[in-house]
Amino acid sequence: MYAFEYHRPTSLRQAASLLSKNEDAKILAGGHTLLPTMKQRLASPSALIDLSKVEDLRGIERSARAVTIGAMTRHGEVAESADVREAIPGLAEMAELIGDPAVRHRGTLGGSVANNDPAADYPAACLALGATIVTNKRKYTADEFFTGLFSTALDEGEIVTKVSFPIPQKAAYAKFRNPASRYALVGVFVAKRASEIRVAVTGAGEGGVFRWAEAEAALAKRFAAKSLEGLTHPAEGLNSDLHADAAYRAHLIGVMTRRAVQAATSR
Amino acid sequence: MTATGIGAPVRRKEDQRFVTGQGRYVDDFNRPGQAHAYFLRSPHAHATIRSIDTSAAAAMPGVVAIFTGEDLARDKVGGLICGWMIHSKDGSPMKAGPHPALAQGKVRYVGDHVAVVVAETVSQAKDAAEAIVVDYDVLPAVVDGVAAQKAGAPQVHEVAEDNTVFRWHLGDKDATDAAFARAKHVTTIDLVNNRLVPNPIEPRAAIGDYDPGNENLTLYTTSQNPHVARLVLSAFIGIAPEHKLRVIAPDVGGGFGSKIFIYAEETVCVWAARKVGRPVKWTSDRTEAFLSDAHGRDHATHAEMALDENGRILGLRVQTVANLGAYLSTFSSSVPTYLYAPLLSGSYDIPAIYAEVDGVYTNTAPVDAYRGAGRPEATFVIERLAEVAARQIGMDPAKFRRKNYVRSFPHQTPVIMTYDAGDYVTTLDKALEAADYKNFGRRKRESARSGKLRGIGFSSYIEACGIAPSQAVGSLGAGVGLWESAEVRVNPTGSIEVLTGSHSHGQGHETTFAQLVSDRLGVSIDSVSIVHGDTDKVQFGMGTYGSRSGAVGMSAIAKAIDKVIAKGKKVAAHVLEASEGDIEFKDGKFTVAGTDRSAAFGDIALQAYIAHKFSGQDLEPGLKEGAFYDPTNFTFPAGVHICELEIDPDTGIVSIERWTAVDDFGVIINPMIVEGQVHGGIAQGVGQALHEGAFYDASGQLVTASFMDYRMPRAADLPSFVVETTVTPCPSNPLGIKGCGEAGAIAAPAAVINAITDALGHEDIAMPATPQNVWRAAQKTPMRMAAE
Repeated sequence: MYAFEYHRPTSLRQAASLLSKNEDAKILAGGHTLLPTMKQRLASPSALIDLSKVEDLRGIERSARAVTIGAMTRHGEVAESADVREAIPGLAEMAELIGDPAVRHRGTLGGSVANNDPAADYPAACLALGATIVTNKRKYTADEFFTGLFSTALDEGEIVTKVSFPIPQKAAYAKFRNPASRYALVGVFVAKRASEIRVAVTGAGEGGVFRWAEAEAALAKRFAAKSLEGLTHPAEGLNSDLHADAAYRAHLIGVMTRRAVQAATSR
Repeated sequence: MTATGIGAPVRRKEDQRFVTGQGRYVDDFNRPGQAHAYFLRSPHAHATIRSIDTSAAAAMPGVVAIFTGEDLARDKVGGLICGWMIHSKDGSPMKAGPHPALAQGKVRYVGDHVAVVVAETVSQAKDAAEAIVVDYDVLPAVVDGVAAQKAGAPQVHEVAEDNTVFRWHLGDKDATDAAFARAKHVTTIDLVNNRLVPNPIEPRAAIGDYDPGNENLTLYTTSQNPHVARLVLSAFIGIAPEHKLRVIAPDVGGGFGSKIFIYAEETVCVWAARKVGRPVKWTSDRTEAFLSDAHGRDHATHAEMALDENGRILGLRVQTVANLGAYLSTFSSSVPTYLYAPLLSGSYDIPAIYAEVDGVYTNTAPVDAYRGAGRPEATFVIERLAEVAARQIGMDPAKFRRKNYVRSFPHQTPVIMTYDAGDYVTTLDKALEAADYKNFGRRKRESARSGKLRGIGFSSYIEACGIAPSQAVGSLGAGVGLWESAEVRVNPTGSIEVLTGSHSHGQGHETTFAQLVSDRLGVSIDSVSIVHGDTDKVQFGMGTYGSRSGAVGMSAIAKAIDKVIAKGKKVAAHVLEASEGDIEFKDGKFTVAGTDRSAAFGDIALQAYIAHKFSGQDLEPGLKEGAFYDPTNFTFPAGVHICELEIDPDTGIVSIERWTAVDDFGVIINPMIVEGQVHGGIAQGVGQALHEGAFYDASGQLVTASFMDYRMPRAADLPSFVVETTVTPCPSNPLGIKGCGEAGAIAAPAAVINAITDALGHEDIAMPATPQNVWRAAQKTPMRMAAE
């Protein structure tokens, strides 16, 4: 690890000001990607701005139509939240599948979506549920926000403050873990809302999280696993690595989509 | 059996220290004035070094010194050695290339040591290492053992043509060919025994410390065998005379073989300590461990089994290419030869065996002994062959094994070994019962109803532990003897220190060795201390590996205890005013036979030291005895493991549903510790079969260089094991012990793969059987089912 300055602001305003003043500064939200990268000397930010003391960024609020979660809310808090479990059980279950207990007690929603790791779980939930990502400057739909591998619509100096998840009629997440890292090799979040059905796939795509339009169309006719019979995702555009080549990932997208729909329809 | 004697499930004495964080590992030691070493490693698998410019780095803050291979050469520091000479079948000695501790002109694998920076802090050493300018001329690399022997492959060492270190063989070729000529059926398989990274929880570490006043050097190091480290560093590498070098291996957090070897880093630390006049410390990080700890396995094998019309094995023919990596590690040459081929007979009576093994250089990390060392590879060959052969001739695999078992002992195999004792049929029967084998068919049908493929697989392994006697291993090429030493020091107050040449790094010696003393001398285990891991305390020892510490190390202690009792009888004769021949020792008391006159062990110890009751001219005062013990034979633990599993054909995920292990370890000192060893061994064996694998890409980069890509077995992957034992005492040592530390890792891979292939209905699956590999294999038409 190289030397860096460390700041721990207590308000969003302070944090934004520090970010604008320090070129090459990085936000420290949970640190589970950033700190290992720094330890390996693969990243050398001039400063870390730790958001853990910005109380406004934490907490879970439930309204009649949405669950809104502060950016610094830990994965473990989402997994254990009675409000989330009741309103969007699929989201709580997804949070419970992230990493291991240590990761879930440090990692945050904001960190996950801002980093947009192509194998992270939250981007699939945001995209499938039609979430709104709120920053200190503006609001984004999930479709606008996730723009590619480790890239988002965030501008320099912009900080994610909260994410609002509309409450669906039905939703569930099915994850096939990378055997070694436990990230999603293929993760599929399905959500049925009054307006639309969405199928979002993480871990598999060369460009990060994406929607599987054919599955969405098939499920629009009838929201049941049976509707997906005979439907396969093409291998083109999918990742290949030691653990899974594109053909295996394509197959798993089908399996995980069916399992997610089964889970969503069986509660 | 006493509460703390042989056979008692005594809780481990050392656990209080370990579970409360009070263990003292090398990295916990810090010496006054200590500086830190960081190794600049090669980013290339194969390159010549045109130049190394350290000038800018040397001027960086905190830098004490920077050394390269030239500095070692200038000081005439010898290269690292391989301590087992193998001769090729044409009689020529193996072709070993140079192995400098820091590269001299060439790097041969990613992670090879290019330079060392010694600085005030690790961070400063790393900063300076980044400023070293190395001009590499990158060369093509070869990472696969079979490819390395092909014409035109990159040459790793000039001395080894076709990258071949040796072309070795064992057994009778003509007799074996004749057996195949009259065979009714021949079963043929091609196997890859996947390369593994040992990954002990504690990474390697070293501190070199120089005392200029008396010119003594001390090396604190993560070693399984500190005396052997001292011997090699002194006699071969030339660091210091043996009496001027102390090697301390304190608490060590697991080794699995990888800490047997004498590596570049500790060699450089202890040498550099004298150069800079300060203690020099190095602690490996996990990435360095992946890159530079000696890896395990990596065989490619073609094997054939000849059968007669009744399903009896007539012969075995095996050809193996063993990838040894870029350099020959300390015992690397012995692992795929004498620790492998002599085990190919398995637990079977096979009249003719012929094995050929080529040892090959590649641009990968050196490969050496890893839990089982050669025996897992042999077991995988013979147990896969047995299973496949049984399937091909339509015989139940348990029946096939029963038919071919060795049934009378001693049994001379055609490949060196004389099996001394065993009862394989009883072990198999017990395993079949415990595994509820007869109802497997019902369970398979139940699985099928929920869309799962269920399979069952056997591994009826045998292993050879406690390699010995020294004279025999010397004739096979070993550079050292494989005896063990012990010293039993009885203090005047009756408490006891046992100094042993064995080294505990997870095995629980502080408990089991104390149990032996408790059993023999009738004292509490709390009054016994086990001292190990320091060449200044223990006179000499060969260390711990190859499941040898019980059979060999404890036998040395038993021998020393016998001498203590004999001396105690002499003292007691004076104290009790009787003749020595009338003194009996039992239950911690010396008694005059046929009388009620007795003295407790502690009283005699005191009398031995105060020496008031006897003349110092007739009898030496004191009560301390030493022994060196050299066994008469290897020991031969054997057992049957049965794995039952389910495959989800949709995802390729394998779920192990039942695991039955019935092992014959001979006499057991502590059944709880033995069971723990079996559990850990199975976990590692399952890891090899399903999860683990070190993969290099074509350019020689290690793809699996972190836990993000290298998949270790986890607790949730494993069922609750059924572990049982049978006992045939080992006749080759006074305690009847056979050894248990490696059995699980030796048995498990074949059991898992035999179960997977049973479930799939065809034999085409490689290790590790990852979800992707299993899913792909499940797409294929099951040949056997198609034929049915």
